[in-house]
Amino acid sequence: MPEILPPDSVGLVTPQTAHFTIPLALDCGRVLPSYDLTYETYGTLNAACSNGVLICHALSGDHHAAGYHSTQDKKPGWWDSAIGPGKPIDTNKFFVVSLNNLGGCKGSTGPVTVNPETGKPFGPDFPIITVRDWVTSQARLGDMLGISQWAAVIGGSLGGMQALQWSIQYPDRLRHCIVIAAAPKLSAQNIAFNEVARQAILSDPEFYAGNYYEYNTVPRRGLMLARMVGHITYLSDDSMRAKFGRELREAKGKLNYGFDEAEFQVESYLRYQGRSFVDRFDANTYLLMTKALDYFDPAADYGDNLTAALKEVQAKFLLISFTSDWRFSSARSREIVKALLDNRKIVSFTEIESPDGHDAFLMPIEPYMQVFEAYMKRVASGVQP
Amino acid sequence: MSLRSDLALISEWIKPNAHVLDLGCGDGTLLAHLRDTRQVTGYGLEIDPDNITRCIEADINVIQSDLNQGLAEFANHSFDYVIMTQTLQAVERPDRLLTEMLRVGEEGIVTFPNFGYWKSRLQLFTKGKMPVSDALPNTWYDTDNTHLCTVRDFEDLCALHNIEILRWAAVDLQHRTSRWMNLMPNLLGEVALYHFHRK
Repeated sequence: MPEILPPDSVGLVTPQTAHFTIPLALDCGRVLPSYDLTYETYGTLNAACSNGVLICHALSGDHHAAGYHSTQDKKPGWWDSAIGPGKPIDTNKFFVVSLNNLGGCKGSTGPVTVNPETGKPFGPDFPIITVRDWVTSQARLGDMLGISQWAAVIGGSLGGMQALQWSIQYPDRLRHCIVIAAAPKLSAQNIAFNEVARQAILSDPEFYAGNYYEYNTVPRRGLMLARMVGHITYLSDDSMRAKFGRELREAKGKLNYGFDEAEFQVESYLRYQGRSFVDRFDANTYLLMTKALDYFDPAADYGDNLTAALKEVQAKFLLISFTSDWRFSSARSREIVKALLDNRKIVSFTEIESPDGHDAFLMPIEPYMQVFEAYMKRVASGVQP
Repeated sequence: MSLRSDLALISEWIKPNAHVLDLGCGDGTLLAHLRDTRQVTGYGLEIDPDNITRCIEADINVIQSDLNQGLAEFANHSFDYVIMTQTLQAVERPDRLLTEMLRVGEEGIVTFPNFGYWKSRLQLFTKGKMPVSDALPNTWYDTDNTHLCTVRDFEDLCALHNIEILRWAAVDLQHRTSRWMNLMPNLLGEVALYHFHRK
């Protein structure tokens, strides 16, 4: 944390955990009898409970979206660029709620949680959770906080899919739906990358069929590989060229003619990303999140017709994509836009020029922040005090 | 702020409560005016990021689009009107876009700078150089207006594509028209406005 807190930071924040005892029937057919959701809030809920904004996180995100947990923290929450006083998601105006999704590993009930029935971590026995299940659980969190209708539900990537699902599942519980760098379902290529990531974890000898907690180990190599391959899909060819090119770690262009050392800067970077990810993320959660992505397909219930799936939505939409994002390209956002246009829904769409690939959605790119802020001001102007 | 002259005239051509697509909607001025005065709904297509932000500030639905890519996102006959002001001459294939306009809309409205305007003719005739005027301020090498046309050219194109002209107007840059302009639009009109549909 910087010594002097910038005025547009939400500052020090403390996560909270809510316990839910109403059983949650899941898409997979199983039931979670009770569960915890860990969340953070920024800003103040107004008297009419009408200024709530829900933030949905992506694959490796969590509830810590903005501010700092302690003065020792080196980095703020994952979307600090967009959340804070005077930022696009303005905490002077909105009551922002950000949670760790079910199946996560940062406090909400998930594979690392001790199963009260067995006294051991759920591990691989934790049920597969879908985007629809998440949205159901998020609605219950809204109920608990007294928010019957969100001013906006916002998410990027997998978070954007949750926002989209919200508009279908609870059409009257959100006024605005902001879907950033997302897609209406994964492509074969997207699923293929997820499968490589899963195989990396599943084939690690230290995975122990998901029961690695009992062996006091983690599938380090597998999870690291999964993150490395994932990370490549978050960047663009151009951004990798600009960041690393063919730079070698050792000066003078000396090649080692071996496999042991990371010679190119890009290798070193990926290894670092992989290693640090292992320290903060659970492999079983990673598996679950990739499955939630693969299974997401709201049009499937409507004869594979996205236009039919979005027929009943009531929210106003903003969709944003990024030119160099090849994981969820602009064409994928345009599929959602087209389905909304077919239904004459209220929608705006912009494609932001950026070399930063899929990761661009987390960056404070000026035109992105400008259009986001302009839209959120509209959202704020519709909030009844 | 007063509405741009051609926009004010177009507004009068639009029925209340219509569903409208505005191609190259700029900062959303026309759509905002139509919404506020005629309860019109619809979308604007725009390519410039600053204009897109302006549209969003004005509560106008805007879809970032490159008109040269066509209107594939829109189903047949989804709008009462498709409007394009001062943009026809800047697209790669005006003929194809006109066809697209009448695929997604029942009626079309376009405005464009009339290259047959007498001052343009005079500049070309006396100086032997591409005209530069208030309506066409750029030089030939830095202009987006790659398909300038005259009133007569446009009407020829409509005839070729079975497009019927419902009404038209020829005005100067201040939105004024005159008896003479109505008699000789191709010579005296600086800006041409057309309202048309498929025969």
